[in-house]
Amino acid sequence: MNAKTERLERVAKELRRDVIEMIYAANSGHPGGSLSAADIVAALFFDVMKYDAENPHLPERDRFVLSKGHAAPILYAALARRGYFDRKLLNRLRRFGSPLQGHPDSRKLAGVDASTGSLGHGIGNAVGMALSLMLDGSRARVFCLLGDGEIQEGSVWESMMAASHFRLDNLVIIIDNNDLQIDGPVREVMNVHPIAAKLKSFGLETVSIDGHNLDQILDALNTYPCDKPLGIVAHTVKGKGVSFMENNVGFHGKAPNDAEYKQAMKELL
Amino acid sequence: MRATRDGYGEGLVEIGKINKDVVVMDADLGSSTRSFMFKKEFPERFFDFGIAEGAMVDAASGLSYTGKLPYVSSFAVFITGRAFEHIRQSVCYPDNKVFLCGSHSGISVGEDGGSHQSIVDIALMRALPNMRVVVPADFNETRAAVIASLNWDGPTYLRTSRAKSKNIFPDNAGFDFGAKLLKSGSDVTLLSCGLMTQIAIDAADKLGKNGIDCEVINLSVIKPLDESILDSISKTGKVVTLEEHSVIGGLGGAVSELTAEKLPVRMLRIGINDRFGQSGSADELFKHYGLDIESVINKIDEFMRR
Repeated sequence: MNAKTERLERVAKELRRDVIEMIYAANSGHPGGSLSAADIVAALFFDVMKYDAENPHLPERDRFVLSKGHAAPILYAALARRGYFDRKLLNRLRRFGSPLQGHPDSRKLAGVDASTGSLGHGIGNAVGMALSLMLDGSRARVFCLLGDGEIQEGSVWESMMAASHFRLDNLVIIIDNNDLQIDGPVREVMNVHPIAAKLKSFGLETVSIDGHNLDQILDALNTYPCDKPLGIVAHTVKGKGVSFMENNVGFHGKAPNDAEYKQAMKELL
Repeated sequence: MRATRDGYGEGLVEIGKINKDVVVMDADLGSSTRSFMFKKEFPERFFDFGIAEGAMVDAASGLSYTGKLPYVSSFAVFITGRAFEHIRQSVCYPDNKVFLCGSHSGISVGEDGGSHQSIVDIALMRALPNMRVVVPADFNETRAAVIASLNWDGPTYLRTSRAKSKNIFPDNAGFDFGAKLLKSGSDVTLLSCGLMTQIAIDAADKLGKNGIDCEVINLSVIKPLDESILDSISKTGKVVTLEEHSVIGGLGGAVSELTAEKLPVRMLRIGINDRFGQSGSADELFKHYGLDIESVINKIDEFMRR
């Protein structure tokens, strides 16, 4: 723990508060998987990634692809706090005409590098971006965040294979391993384990970390493998930071009611 | 006699010379789709994704987001069917400039049989918002479409064939989205695309000798549909569509939708009647499914007598 990680922990808590505020205001959205990814997103947008919010289409910027598009609130929270758009927009999440669509829409909101939503596609988009940047001799990196339920989609593994085949060492694939999906525990619905061994066998340089430990997150993101993509299996808690949402599959895609909202905001002070 | 797939390959080489951002992708069928013609000239800009059409299409979208001009091919049945959801989410939804080419379309691919014969690809692609659908009638038109596509926005689906056919258009004809009048006539309007355009021309010739004066229009751009065809249909009062595709959702479907709303007329859709294909030679299959010249003449003749 140092000044940087303390700062990022505070940022992550603010992002979590934004997530709850947004989903409460929208009365719709996915809190569980947004909260589990908050620390990873904080590390990426507030330390690791190189970009310019004033110039969101800068060709040499690092890219972020939210393959688990339902966690859009955590992305919007980060983009707002980094100045991509006015924070007042956050309470327009999922509203008619809002650039803050239910799932990220690259054509409606600057800062969203790829439209996602249907699972298993973001990673392929990230592979294409990394391939393109490599062709250009760019030093930019592409970060892609997937859910652990999402990796049940076969196309994820097609893309892993391609990432490794094309030696995309500018690509970082992060699995938000929060152990829950809509129908229940991932291990019970359709077991995807062992995840790290699978990534390794697909040719990725693989590390497993505590996805809520910022020292470990930063160490992992600052790993630069040679000639192969980096895979990070981040062990996380779905709903992290709000006691009654933690490990509660009921809060995968449900907004808090008035009492739950107040309780959540109190816990995130 | 050249195949439209060769027009795709030659077109790729041309645009590869014009624009260094052109990249070409294939899914283990580069020699068949003719994308290997590009690979030979520009190996550093060619990516084989193996038998993984979905990941290939998603990656094409990623390449497009980062300023490249991806041209992506496989057999029509796989690229539009297997990768449909990838096209919907990653290409059409964000309106990315990705060019998809489905080769070996229709039943003319022959011996491989029904598993490989693409008869619903036009319907699938046409239903997607933002998608443009082009089914050229010959080598020259295909090559011209690929070259012209450098200036198009958003996604495109190009449908090519393995079978060789006569050139209908000159090699310097260029390409635009308009319907092309090939023969004037007063009794009935024939609208066709792909390999069926040559058959429409030949059928019109024979029918003319029997006293049926056909107007023949090549309608290779199925979406956006050129509504000026209504002028011809209004003149003749009858329309026949000809396509190597299911009669559901393709050229016939598109024209029916237009005429039903704007100019209800008697209509005949010639195509595959909601059935799968099977093994056989292209000639045998065209005859069996009623797409050969003789069947087409008989169908139009009967339609005109009704």
